Amino acid sequence: MAEHVIQVDGLTKKFGDFAAVNAISFHVERGEIFGFLGANGAGKTTAIRMLTGLSKPTAGKGTVAGFDIRKDYEKIKKRIGYMSQKFSLYNDLTVKENIRFYGGIYGLNRQQIKTKTSEILENLHLTDVANKLVDSLPLGWKQRLAFSVSMVHDPDIVFLDEPTGGVDPRVRRQFWETIYQVAEEGRTIFVTTHYMDEAEYCGRVSIMVDGEIKALDTPEKLKEHFDTESMEGVFLKLARESNHKE
Amino acid sequence: MIKIFWAFVKKEIYHIIRDRRTLLILFGMPVVQVLLFGYAVTNEFQDTKIDILDLSRDKVSFQLIQHIKSSGHFEINQVLRSEQQMEQGFKEGKTKLVMIIPNDFSANFYNKDATVIQLITDGSDPNNANTLVQYASSMIADFQQERFQQNTNPFQVKIETRMLYNPQLESAYNFIPGTIALILLIISAMMTSLTIAREKELGTMEILLVSPLPPLLIILGKVTPYAILSFIDAVLVIVLGVFVFNVPIVGSLFFLLAMCLLYVVTALSLGTLISTVSKTQQDAMMRSLMGLMMPSMMLSGFIFPLASMPVILQYLGKIIPTTYFIEILKGIMLRGVGLNFIIFEIAVLTGMTLFFLLMTWRNFKIRLE
Repeated sequence: MAEHVIQVDGLTKKFGDFAAVNAISFHVERGEIFGFLGANGAGKTTAIRMLTGLSKPTAGKGTVAGFDIRKDYEKIKKRIGYMSQKFSLYNDLTVKENIRFYGGIYGLNRQQIKTKTSEILENLHLTDVANKLVDSLPLGWKQRLAFSVSMVHDPDIVFLDEPTGGVDPRVRRQFWETIYQVAEEGRTIFVTTHYMDEAEYCGRVSIMVDGEIKALDTPEKLKEHFDTESMEGVFLKLARESNHKE
Repeated sequence: MIKIFWAFVKKEIYHIIRDRRTLLILFGMPVVQVLLFGYAVTNEFQDTKIDILDLSRDKVSFQLIQHIKSSGHFEINQVLRSEQQMEQGFKEGKTKLVMIIPNDFSANFYNKDATVIQLITDGSDPNNANTLVQYASSMIADFQQERFQQNTNPFQVKIETRMLYNPQLESAYNFIPGTIALILLIISAMMTSLTIAREKELGTMEILLVSPLPPLLIILGKVTPYAILSFIDAVLVIVLGVFVFNVPIVGSLFFLLAMCLLYVVTALSLGTLISTVSKTQQDAMMRSLMGLMMPSMMLSGFIFPLASMPVILQYLGKIIPTTYFIEILKGIMLRGVGLNFIIFEIAVLTGMTLFFLLMTWRNFKIRLE
């Protein structure tokens, strides 16, 4: 049996009477690319916040990288990387300074930072612009730099929160190639997106509707189950179902 | 931990030195503000143009005009011929005051009958008009004194005034403490709330919160450079005050700097508090401008005296930290008092700081829930 790097049981978050996340259970295996889908307001962000130790669950339990999300969230933070939609680099810092800063806050020592920096610069072919401000880079480069920077401390799991927002399709495809590479190295990718074509790239996909996980399987099986050609279709059918219930 | 902290501070320093606007606010503003207050916003004046309507036209009235001219405060714009000409000068803005010497001036001057000199001013600028009238009146009184070598009336009540701690009534004595208080507030509170809001806007705050950095370290890392810079600014303003405007520091310099440090902490805690409730830089800017700057300028007693305000504004002024800090500054710099005289102000300021820190801590926790 493959190792479960994320294991969640009945995870719930309530804000007053409203359950933003309602008893979700799932697991993610090591090296998997796990798609975490859902419309805006479905509870994705709240769920991610609980997994990354930013928010305490109201009920339920779970482990991330082998640590309890209720008690050991400080330890979890050291084992995960996080990249958001905004790429979150400092535009007024150079490429090198950004890498150095993030290396610094993850407690890497000088030698480690040096190695990491040249490694990232080489991999991304950014050596020539190492001392240029991030502001001057094209969006696609920033995106890949942000991704590399989020893994500066060699985390087990990388959380990507809508990592391809606002980027054109060609660059998006390139980015997914990078994601594949990283997954092959044995890192787990936990990715949210609202591009349904991207969902096809994932190993398994979960779809959240109104705080619950309504579907979870490989893209192929989901399409088969919902009898449709694309993930878009799966999504629409799920959304319609939940509308009927109301 | 120290290393991580240093990495953070270094990053913050890059932000500051690469943003020309920040640099300008940090070092341009204190200097400009001090010089502005020092040279432009002042109650003292020189060479104000006045008109004179001399109906008397004799030796005594001529001497009086000479006396007024010689003071250096007034310059005669023109000598009017009739009352009709009077308004013209005001309308054109060429004159600020008209002095009318009655035709029986000389005759009554050495007499027991009172003589009346009229002073007419431009009331659309009331503060200035008031000051002009005061200057002119005292000059006329002076003139009268000079003419009567010996006192004709032995029973006169003589009034002697002395302004303690600021005998020359230098406005610098008031505005240097006020400016220090304002500058520290702007830099510590506004700049920190802006920089924290910026991280939120950029989405980097999320990354920092997901990282193993303790939240306290994030806040400390962000405020430390600004704390140091505002302290440097405080010293800069004090140096300008002492060497350019001759403001004394009668009390202990060490005590003064220690109090600046306390106030910096107060302002920083206010700044972080503002940043916990603002999502964008604009939001933070509005909150610090409207919520901090305006009241601190208007209600701290810096520009308008608190005592002459409606009671409700006086109470508002009492909850503004700047009010107490200006009291402390004036106490140490001008009156040279020690701890025991301003212990109340210090206690209030410390209490406020603790309160702000507590609120910040609470807000920060709620955000993480």
